[in-house]
Amino acid sequence: MPFIPNSDADRRAMLDVIGKESVEALFADIPASRRFPELKLPAGLSEYEVLKEVEAMAAKNLDAGKAAWFLGAGAYNHFIPALVPAIASRGEFLTAYTPYQPEVSQGTLQAIFEYQSMAAELLGVAVVNASHYDVATALAEGILMAWKLDEDRRRILLPADMHPEYKDVVRTYFSSFEVEIVEYEGAPETAPLDGRAACLVAGYPTFSGEVRALEAAAAAAHAAGALLIVQADPIMCALLKSPGAQGADIVVAEGQSLGNPMNFGGPYLGMMGATEKLMRKMPGRIVGEAKDHDGRRGFVLTLTAREQHIRREKAVSNICSNQGLSMLQSCIYMAAMGSGGMRAVARLCHDKAHYTAARIAEIPGYKVKTGSFFKEFLVETPVPAAAIYDRLAKKRIVPGLPLSRIDAARPDELLVCVTEVNTKAEIDALARALKEVSL
Amino acid sequence: MNLIQEPLAFELSSPGLVGCALPASDVPAAELPAGLARESLALPELDELTVVRHFTRLSQKNYSIDTNFYPLGSCTMKYNPKANEAAASAAGWRGAHPLAGDALTQGSLELICRLQASLAEIGGFAAVSLQPAAGAHGEFSGVLMIRDYLRAKGQTQRTTILIPDSAHGTNPASCTMAGFVTKTIPSGRDGNIDLKALAEALDDTVAGIMITNPNTVGLFERHITKIARMVHEAGGLVYGDGANMNALTGVFKPGKSGIDVMHFNLHKTFSTPHGGGGPGAGMVGAVKELAPYLPGPIAVRKGGKYALAMPEKSIGKVKAFYGNFGVLVRAYAYLRMEGADGLRRIAENSVLNANYLRARLEKAYPLKYKKGCMHEFVAMGDIAPGIHTLDIAKRLIDYGFHPPTIYFPLIVPEALMIEPTETEGKRQLDAFADALLAIAEEARTKPELLHAAPSTTPVGRLDEVAAARCPVLCYRG
Repeated sequence: MPFIPNSDADRRAMLDVIGKESVEALFADIPASRRFPELKLPAGLSEYEVLKEVEAMAAKNLDAGKAAWFLGAGAYNHFIPALVPAIASRGEFLTAYTPYQPEVSQGTLQAIFEYQSMAAELLGVAVVNASHYDVATALAEGILMAWKLDEDRRRILLPADMHPEYKDVVRTYFSSFEVEIVEYEGAPETAPLDGRAACLVAGYPTFSGEVRALEAAAAAAHAAGALLIVQADPIMCALLKSPGAQGADIVVAEGQSLGNPMNFGGPYLGMMGATEKLMRKMPGRIVGEAKDHDGRRGFVLTLTAREQHIRREKAVSNICSNQGLSMLQSCIYMAAMGSGGMRAVARLCHDKAHYTAARIAEIPGYKVKTGSFFKEFLVETPVPAAAIYDRLAKKRIVPGLPLSRIDAARPDELLVCVTEVNTKAEIDALARALKEVSL
Repeated sequence: MNLIQEPLAFELSSPGLVGCALPASDVPAAELPAGLARESLALPELDELTVVRHFTRLSQKNYSIDTNFYPLGSCTMKYNPKANEAAASAAGWRGAHPLAGDALTQGSLELICRLQASLAEIGGFAAVSLQPAAGAHGEFSGVLMIRDYLRAKGQTQRTTILIPDSAHGTNPASCTMAGFVTKTIPSGRDGNIDLKALAEALDDTVAGIMITNPNTVGLFERHITKIARMVHEAGGLVYGDGANMNALTGVFKPGKSGIDVMHFNLHKTFSTPHGGGGPGAGMVGAVKELAPYLPGPIAVRKGGKYALAMPEKSIGKVKAFYGNFGVLVRAYAYLRMEGADGLRRIAENSVLNANYLRARLEKAYPLKYKKGCMHEFVAMGDIAPGIHTLDIAKRLIDYGFHPPTIYFPLIVPEALMIEPTETEGKRQLDAFADALLAIAEEARTKPELLHAAPSTTPVGRLDEVAAARCPVLCYRG
């Protein structure tokens, strides 16, 4: 095996030093009747054979790059500059552990600090942690943080118009606790807020793409003594006012859009930021600046008194990792794009989405239902959306998410997403195909 | 190692630069939502080469498996084969959308289905879910499964989970998140669970026990089947923490030996890269009775096609979509390269390597538990007056080695927890042992070298207390 460097002679010499006759003898503590069971697995293959097999399997998927792609709904087809994976895959980043020994982990630590700094600017918050598994778990943990501030406030206000999988994850995270999860319709400031509410959650935009100003929601939440938690699109935040600037206390976002491939749903990164006041209540790893004895600047994991390895059952969360490489990809992406590039990407998404919506709205029978949107919007279809999807997919046009996939009661709605990678020609082809399929 | 101070990306910024050219717009400009236009965005502005150099230089400030021996106990820092990366980078994976529907994602579903089956066979489980994104996430899922299983049996008074004092901190933290209280079970003098203390703790409020096996002092719980029987007879369940599964692949099947629910860390045992903190993957497996409670969806094969299905009594979703899929591809590639024989060789060589290092070091670094170990062992670093484990660890850096895990487990004072893994050879192990023996000599004759260490790194020991007291967590311009 290429991954085992010891020769038989090495093994013999090592056993002599240990004072054992055989390698098997090292396993004497394992009950004899259960030792060395048969594994019904095939024999090992060569690297070449494995890569052929895996590539053949991958080829059974439709690669978004080979289609006109208008499906988003939580996983977004954005362009990733070549330098992002090229640098993030360097062995020194790829094969390092959590930076517990800061003197030999300054690369990882400084990259996390830079990610925290860029993400804080983008989301408009004082503090950002080193990331969660994805936005759904970041949201669940953000709500846990809000609830733990005052556990007698047992009501959590979630928008009905939120990604159904995110709502499911929140429910799982709260399934052990006596809290009431209430879904509200419409603008967040109209949600039933009172002294029972721990937090008001708002989408920026919502699942169906609706973009609403957040200041009224922040004021309403704060007047009731609750926190405003916003789940945001990070690309949109480059172009529109940040949630933090509008009064959000906690902001979470799916960082996949920032330099990570769609990858069948993971790994992604859940971005989480909060106000300075909440800094010591936040879950997750956080990196801070420090000095050595010569006054040189360095970076360390900090505020660890919140975490499980110190506080065990009293920790604010059980999280013991961050999405390191995905976070690094997002960090490099933001640095490469910079202010100008991020704003340009956001502008392209916005303008192309509006062009697409206008083209679709012209087709008889189709109606754009989302009022104010960024890159994603809901379309009412004249024939079932699932049938449109299947017919267009055959032409390598993936038109969006038929909502019947998540709610059988909504057969005639299609959630359409447009990003900077969609060309005008693709958009026009989509409009033509939508028209044909409705005739 | 790059010793030159690297500025922050913000400090390299020049107004107007962009590191990536974007296509010109081919559609008319549209009006932004009223009153919401953002006025400024203060991100760094850099050209492409500056970005490349900046992050390349940062990477050179890390120790990593690719550059240094990295014997972190309980972390299994084994070589991450480059073929794993090649396998995961196929366009069909990267460009697969999680909601594209089964027909357009048969490849991903097939890989998930195959990996579920292989891991179930290795662990001796009836079924496996690949949803959890990390070990701690697997623990959380598994403890919720135990909760729901007991609820279904009307055993709602079972609100306590027992945790050995040698356990990782995630175990009690995961229980708290699942609404349980925890009770610590002490280790006996032999480093194994104290059976008498366990018997005393077992009553009808106990939901179960979380067992890491081999435990964090590197010992196999010899009485595992007896412990499982005791807990089961008392009406509780047994959770297995698979952090140390590297000692047991092809050697022992937990699911056939009394463990009801268990997570494996694919980023440890199955060689996916740690990435400076993640992403990992924490699959959870279960015996037949608990399998219907697995987090979903899982992949199934029906009529020659692959599909997603929610287990019948699932605890629900613990994450959006289907786990850290890219990590799963790497683990799959590794499993196919190793096969059944390779898996047993992994365990054998990891245990051999740990015992060899232990034998070479035990005279200079005392052991609390003198027995032979599994894949790791815990030594103690207070080997000379005024010398602490931290000093040994920092001095090892000057010799070019990443330090072992230190001050854990909590039950061993001045702990140095050493896990070499199977991908290191005798030559490397000897170099490491020689360095530790030289440091033991320095500890007696030149202790100032240890106190001043490390001296070969971009920064010296950093003042972590001051950093936590007045936190600076973002660039402040």
